[in-house]
Amino acid sequence: MISVKGLYKQFDKLEVLKGLDLEIERGKVIVLIGPSGSGKTTFLRCLNVLETPTKGVISIDDETLDFSNPISNKRVASFRRQTGMVFQSYNLFPHMTALENVMEGPVTVKKESKDVVRQRAEALLNKVGLGDKLDYYPFQLSGGQQQRVGIARALAMDPKVMLFDEPTSALDPELVGEVLKVMKDLANEGMTMVVVTHEMRFAKEAADEVLFLDQGVIVERGKPEQIFSNPKEARTKQFLSLIEK
Amino acid sequence: MYLNSIFADPVKLERLISIAESSLLPLLKGALFYTLPLAIISFIIGIILAVLTALARISSLKILKGIARFYVSAIRGTPLLVQLYILFYGLPNLGIMIDPFPAAVIGFSLSVGAYSSEIIRAAILSIPKGQWEAGSSIGMTYSQNLKRIILPQATRVSIPPLSNSFIGLVKDTSLASTILVTEMFRKAQEIVATTYEVLLLYTEAALIYWVICFILSIIQQRIEVRLDRYVTR
Ligand SMILES: Nc1ncnc2c1ncn2[C@@H]1O[C@H](COP(=O)(O)OP(=O)(O)O)[C@@H](O)[C@H]1O
Ligand SMILES: [Mg+2]
Repeated sequence: MISVKGLYKQFDKLEVLKGLDLEIERGKVIVLIGPSGSGKTTFLRCLNVLETPTKGVISIDDETLDFSNPISNKRVASFRRQTGMVFQSYNLFPHMTALENVMEGPVTVKKESKDVVRQRAEALLNKVGLGDKLDYYPFQLSGGQQQRVGIARALAMDPKVMLFDEPTSALDPELVGEVLKVMKDLANEGMTMVVVTHEMRFAKEAADEVLFLDQGVIVERGKPEQIFSNPKEARTKQFLSLIEK
Repeated sequence: MYLNSIFADPVKLERLISIAESSLLPLLKGALFYTLPLAIISFIIGIILAVLTALARISSLKILKGIARFYVSAIRGTPLLVQLYILFYGLPNLGIMIDPFPAAVIGFSLSVGAYSSEIIRAAILSIPKGQWEAGSSIGMTYSQNLKRIILPQATRVSIPPLSNSFIGLVKDTSLASTILVTEMFRKAQEIVATTYEVLLLYTEAALIYWVICFILSIIQQRIEVRLDRYVTR
């Protein structure tokens, strides 16, 4: 369903992604781990073209972008609509309530009628456990609640793939669980997900595959059990020993 | 001394009071029919210019950027009074005649546009990059993102400095007296010309400016409170 071929990304002289190849099947959950600065965020941002890759080909279903050639904004927008993004720092719209945040995409981008969208948005907020916080502004919500609104906002666009960039790393420890639960539910419903996270529990319980990224290359990939209990590469071993305190 | 002589002489005092009273209405008319409309119309046009200029400054198109820079530099680098003189007394040499009021509107609008564009540009740049990205990530185009996400937040940031600009503009409209707009200050000058009561008339005008600006700053506070119903962080 998602296919990435020969993906390179360079910032000025700094080469961050050095030729990534990856196939992701529909309904799979991929967890991406790796040291800080290894290019995880950049990779996710390339998947929804918030960052334009230097070269490479990315396909989602039958839409393909080949970055060797210039691509129109229109095609980027259409491609991006297939993905939903959840940010480390939530990035909710502070001037809109939780409900308005979730409704914004369908109403403004897809031009759907407000009444129809409102029902769906309420259902989504219910689903992430915030049915009683519809009219709260982001500043009135805890980090965990804000991040769940962020997930609902992304889901409201009916994406084929959900991208998560360290969705719990800005949260106080006691708030991590509520966000992970929403993500696990989503995984169980068959959503295709690419998740950057160092929550081993989530990776073990929900991931179909774990990728270890280091210095812009995929060093090792495999089932979570295999990667965590029996890593083959020395660099993977070293990294895991650092994060498993 | 002047004050002593006034209070010692009931006739003089009475004359002053009567001039103050009879000049109040013309002055207020000048404020209501010229000063305020001039300020309000110029501010509205100016803000539209300012938003366009700010967007041009942050766009990636070199030509747009260049034009906007040139405009801001030219307006900020020359005195408003000189600009008004060029518009009203200078352009007729090219066969372009503009009536006093429209000339003043053009002058003040250009001025507001240039100065406020910097305020608006700074406000737009102060919105975190993550807001643009969140908009893009739900599929928004550049203009949807601006309209729905960035400008509403930038508005909140720029209300206090823009209110200051507006209050400044109300006072600057007195410069329009030099190009024959019969706004409040020119009315005061006209009355001085017949009564010679310089201090009285100019003080009276100053007080009216003060009252207007005082009311405006109260309105400013109201707006700020309304826009503060959400807090950015
Ligand atoms: N917009 C950018 N401009 C320049 N360098 C960047 C930019 N974004 C990321 N980088 C650099 O790319 C490298 C990888 O960053 P990132 O993808 O954020 O890593 P990770 O998410 O794995 O910590 C880092 O060295 C970072 O400094
Ligand atoms: Mg990162």
